[in-house]
Amino acid sequence: MTTNLPTPGLRDVPTAETPMTRKDFASDQEVRWCPGCGDYIILAAVQGFLPTLGLRKENIVFVSGIGCSSRFPYYLETYGMHSIHGRAPAIATGLATARPDLSVWVVTGDGDALSIGGNHLIHALRRNVNLTILLFNNRIYGLTKGQYSPTSEPGKITKSTPMGSVDRPFNPVSLALGAEATFVARTLDSDRAHLTEVLQAAASHRGTSLVEIYQNCPIFNDGAFDVLKDKEQAEARLVRLEHGKPVRIGEREWIHDAHADDPSRAFEISRLDDGTMAHVPIGIFRQVERPTYDDQVRSQLTSAAATQGEGDLDALIAGSDTWTVSHAPS
Amino acid sequence: MAKQVKQLDRVIIRFAGDSGDGMQLTGDRFTHETAAFGNDLSTLPNFPAEIRAPAGTLPGVSSFQLHFADHDILTPGDAPDVLVAMNPAALRANTKDLAAGATIIVDTHDFTARNLTRAGYAANPLEDGSLDKFSLHSVDLTALTVEAIKEFGLTRKDAGRTKNMFALGLLSWLYGRPVESTEAYLTKRFASKPDIRDANLAAFRAGWNFGETTEGFAVSYEVKPAPMRVGTYRNITGNLALSYGLVTASVRSRLPLFLGAYPITPASDILHELSKHKRFGVVTFQAEDEIAGIGAALGASFGGSLGVTTTSGPGIALKSETIGLAVSLELPLIVVDVQRGGPSTGLPTRTEQSDLLQAMFGRNGEAPVAIVAPQSPGDCFDAAVEAARIAVTYRTPVMLLSDGYLANGSEPWQLPDLDNLPTIDPAFATAANHETEVGDREFWPYKRDPETLARPWAIPGTPDLEHRVGGLEKADGHGSISYDPTNHDLMVRTRQAKIDRIADSIGPLEVDDPSGQARLLVLGWGSTYGPIGAACRRLRRHGLDVAQAHLRHLNPFPSNLGEVLRRYDRVVVPEMNLGQLGLLLRAKYLVDVIGYTQVRGLPFTATELEAVFTTTIEELHR
Repeated sequence: MTTNLPTPGLRDVPTAETPMTRKDFASDQEVRWCPGCGDYIILAAVQGFLPTLGLRKENIVFVSGIGCSSRFPYYLETYGMHSIHGRAPAIATGLATARPDLSVWVVTGDGDALSIGGNHLIHALRRNVNLTILLFNNRIYGLTKGQYSPTSEPGKITKSTPMGSVDRPFNPVSLALGAEATFVARTLDSDRAHLTEVLQAAASHRGTSLVEIYQNCPIFNDGAFDVLKDKEQAEARLVRLEHGKPVRIGEREWIHDAHADDPSRAFEISRLDDGTMAHVPIGIFRQVERPTYDDQVRSQLTSAAATQGEGDLDALIAGSDTWTVSHAPS
Repeated sequence: MAKQVKQLDRVIIRFAGDSGDGMQLTGDRFTHETAAFGNDLSTLPNFPAEIRAPAGTLPGVSSFQLHFADHDILTPGDAPDVLVAMNPAALRANTKDLAAGATIIVDTHDFTARNLTRAGYAANPLEDGSLDKFSLHSVDLTALTVEAIKEFGLTRKDAGRTKNMFALGLLSWLYGRPVESTEAYLTKRFASKPDIRDANLAAFRAGWNFGETTEGFAVSYEVKPAPMRVGTYRNITGNLALSYGLVTASVRSRLPLFLGAYPITPASDILHELSKHKRFGVVTFQAEDEIAGIGAALGASFGGSLGVTTTSGPGIALKSETIGLAVSLELPLIVVDVQRGGPSTGLPTRTEQSDLLQAMFGRNGEAPVAIVAPQSPGDCFDAAVEAARIAVTYRTPVMLLSDGYLANGSEPWQLPDLDNLPTIDPAFATAANHETEVGDREFWPYKRDPETLARPWAIPGTPDLEHRVGGLEKADGHGSISYDPTNHDLMVRTRQAKIDRIADSIGPLEVDDPSGQARLLVLGWGSTYGPIGAACRRLRRHGLDVAQAHLRHLNPFPSNLGEVLRRYDRVVVPEMNLGQLGLLLRAKYLVDVIGYTQVRGLPFTATELEAVFTTTIEELHR
């Protein structure tokens, strides 16, 4: 699959003069995730995929919060910020609004995005800022060593829930659709081709793209997604969504419409997984066009300057009621 | 018969009524007339946190005090000479602040048994002699207003609402104010509602004519214009001056201004004001919460904007973690705290200076930030420009500590000469700054300027300077993650040293000690400048020697501060908190400063400070 530049999402981002490779996007930092972590596969996929966007790498920024996944920016030879817990969508909103010439990415996890940063996530989605949010969901707290997360299954035994968790988990895709996000997708760390395809579509989308990536934590939640990776079971469990293509579950069959303005149908599809992973939809649930927050903000600036003229500082400060004292006090 | 005109050197007027009576507007208009006339002035709005508390009750009383004079004044005044009370509650809430002999003008219309009870009066104070020590004018302003505008066919309710303009007209006559600015204002304000416009204009003129013709007011007063330095002036509130300071810093530095904010009293007007200035390229982002407000501002700073967030104390509490991140990232960021009464939600519409220690220390780890405070409404402009200069030059968050009194208070302000403002040079990094042992050129994001210790600011989009920053400790120079103990010690000390170095760029503290004989120094910061200055002038008029100094920079302090403190036998530090600056001074300089503190939600009066300073001087000479 080739990328057609300029895609709407990256329309204002300058393109590279010479083709780049995976190596150009690897920083000099030693990668320090646990052996076997799904993050390695995602990093390799992203490093392999970024050159295909054809952008100048100095115009790409990765912003992250806190957690294992949030170390991601250190390993990419782009601009990056490893910020604080849950706040990456807010920081990225400011950056993307101020700088239309940047491709802005947020890397976050299920704790970072859905617990401590839940508010910023839903507000970024409703505003539709031109960002791509990669939500690594391993359904556990890794960096703090194994407490249950807002996507952990009910009854989960962890260090903080020795008798089992009594929290009900979020379905991140349902949550994003509830916030009327304009691009919502799910993919798997183990399926590099699918992951790359979804990333490409997400980067091309103008507005906030949310990509949930099921990611294995081999230390604290190993095998959380094994049933979706097992060759014998996977095809029966995975529901592959492609716009305009038929989807079949047992007797039911329909044509997937990711472009429907009303998110209700996409939400219904997101509910196919009742928590047992018997039917897990992957692919792009929803991809619709809506004016972005940052484009509209910049358009107001342009329009104000066009209709009122560029700002005149002296006139602004003086206002309309001035008086002049022309004789010095005696 | 021409009425007598009496000369006065200064007058303090307080307009008081229900929060729906338009007292803030009335005060604001009188202020504009007074500014246009050329008096020096100072104002103090005072209003409840509730938008419309139940009508006629004490909690619903809103007031606006104005002090104007034929000479240079520093405060909105202590005790009003004139109280305009629009209902029983407004009278009851404000009578205690009046000195004997003060004039009270009362709208008698609402003095019904029910309203008197609601305001807590057992008997009608207009009739029971309890106001005998004042000069009382009981007038049914509402009825006069309704009668004066009956030709416009307004509903009784709408007609009654113009009574504030009648009162304004009456006071404008009483003090010989020019009426043109108010007439122009009303014409513009109600341009789309001609009947309302005409009714307000008629009420205003009727109030003026009432003063001129009624026998009840035998004398009018004249307060001559104050001699002021040659220049062009306007009247300005602190929040407006602060907003203009930020826009000016943006224009001067050529950095686009990005405000990330969440509405909060008394800071919201800065958000409202900056939202109007899109043609200056100003982006205002009304965030989902305080944390997102500062987060977006910091994100914009990372991208090369002048990032600003505005809030009050409770918002600072929420923003603390992000301020710490900005300390670690070493990016410019202006954090405006318009202080109000605390703790917690506290007194949203009242003033206090109790966030100094929060600004200084309210973060985890050793996280020093620069702190700047304005001393008067107009000075908020210069303080904002100074905050931007420090933030950009030193790549650091700067706390700008205004307060509710400065924010809403106003004064005449001489328009600044923009060319004389300090330069603010972003000096973005554009090229590699380090050569490796094998001769490769690299960009090191934490390799510092040897003079300022500031790090290079390389913004995304700059080729070959790609780098990562974050809240984890960084290796000195190179900036990669480092857990090395010695490196951490070095980085903590270096971040502190960078803030300390700011003192090299701010002149010495100047002391106002006209006789050179003072043994008492009064040291203040922030909005206490007015009452401290007024009190010191009174002492000097009485032949007492007193020295005054006021801190613009709270962190770092000016480098001569220790020497100044030791020069005097006694140092008094008045603060609207329980002694926060005093604590810092004692800790840093081992000087036994004496605090004088109050947290009533109102500024100090010059009278109380005069008494405190006088007593202190008497003790020194005992």
